[in-house]
Amino acid sequence: MNGAHDMGGMHGFGPVTPEADEPVFHADWEGRVLALDLAMRATGEWNGDAARFARESEPPASYLSKSYYQIWLAGLERLLLEHGLVSDAELASGRSLTPARPLARRLGAEAVARDRGRAGTSRRDAPRSARFAVGDRVRTRNLNPHTHTRLPRYVRGRAGSVVSVRGCHVFPDSSAHGHGEDPQWLYTVAFDGAELWGPDAQRATTVSVDAFEPYLEPLG
Amino acid sequence: MASTAHDDHAPHGGHSSELSETQVRVRALESVLVEKGYVDPAALDRLVETYETRVGPHIGAGVVAKAWTDPEFSRWLFDDTPAALASVGIAGAQGENMVALENTPAVHNMVVCTLCSCYPWAVLGLPPVWYKSAPYRARAVADPRGVLRDFGVEVGADAEIRVWDSTSELRYLVVPMRPEGTEDLTEAELAALVTRDSMIGTGQPSPAAP
Repeated sequence: MNGAHDMGGMHGFGPVTPEADEPVFHADWEGRVLALDLAMRATGEWNGDAARFARESEPPASYLSKSYYQIWLAGLERLLLEHGLVSDAELASGRSLTPARPLARRLGAEAVARDRGRAGTSRRDAPRSARFAVGDRVRTRNLNPHTHTRLPRYVRGRAGSVVSVRGCHVFPDSSAHGHGEDPQWLYTVAFDGAELWGPDAQRATTVSVDAFEPYLEPLG
Repeated sequence: MASTAHDDHAPHGGHSSELSETQVRVRALESVLVEKGYVDPAALDRLVETYETRVGPHIGAGVVAKAWTDPEFSRWLFDDTPAALASVGIAGAQGENMVALENTPAVHNMVVCTLCSCYPWAVLGLPPVWYKSAPYRARAVADPRGVLRDFGVEVGADAEIRVWDSTSELRYLVVPMRPEGTEDLTEAELAALVTRDSMIGTGQPSPAAP
């Protein structure tokens, strides 16, 4: 979706301001939001792609005014409500008012010690051979779905070169919406700065994205 | 996104009775999820502790220092990053999708996630606020030299800058150039010079002590 999250190339946000000796969390609640998000994902009710789509569904004005963990909090609440796991009244009261729905899994402390609460790899066996090879010239398709995609706006419709074939992976555009993993070949595609930014490009810069095969078409 | 919006933080010191609106919401959410049995409080505590104290840039720094001192490991790291990382105990999903990028006098690599905050948790821990902020996500791909100036990093005008936008589950680790004058340092001493930002491509390693 063309949301506020898709920021590459936007102007007006000012300088990058690194913080010296930055703590991992700036408040206790940030750590709790991270932990709640990972623990709920581990139940299998949804995956990381759906979590990203929930966050980018935050309306633009709100997205741009929230801190990062506030966006995570809003995304998590949205998913819990959509999946019928909690109600608005429960979120407001902090108390369970209806029986819990049985879930397939619950993340335990031992599992956290083992894999830090992260899901398994996105890598999958290839259902067919790769359409492109290193060195191929490709053009990204001009796609503007209302649904989840990992093709940023600033590279759509642009010509680039395949610099690496990265294997076959779960396709987020499908997986985010419960439509199955639909594994697709993944390529790192590099673009000259001038192809992306025209005469305003900085010299000697290239930008690459990791692009799934359905984002690409061959270029003569 | 409010890049420096830390005005909604839990008050520190002697004002713990003042709860921010966000803090109240998070407490309510956690209470409901625990009461319903969806989450295990011990697992939540363990997650916070893991990401606050166990996982962090010291892991990546060890990998970089090993690459600086062990040419065979260095070649392996760039040829087959997941296998090389597994050999030093960095496995799991994110290790399996890692790609190491070599900085040279001719090429400076820099990593961003314009769409969200994809970051190599396995070797660097959780990302800093600036990495997730609008200014960095907006400018890294269009104005990388300006971003590097924000960090006080000078890259030669002749050097090519390669920006890697992490748009899939691949995770990138920049291996910076070894500082001059460090020939006599041990691997552990070298690891202490490797900064987090140097492994994102927005910094350089610390110089060797004179």
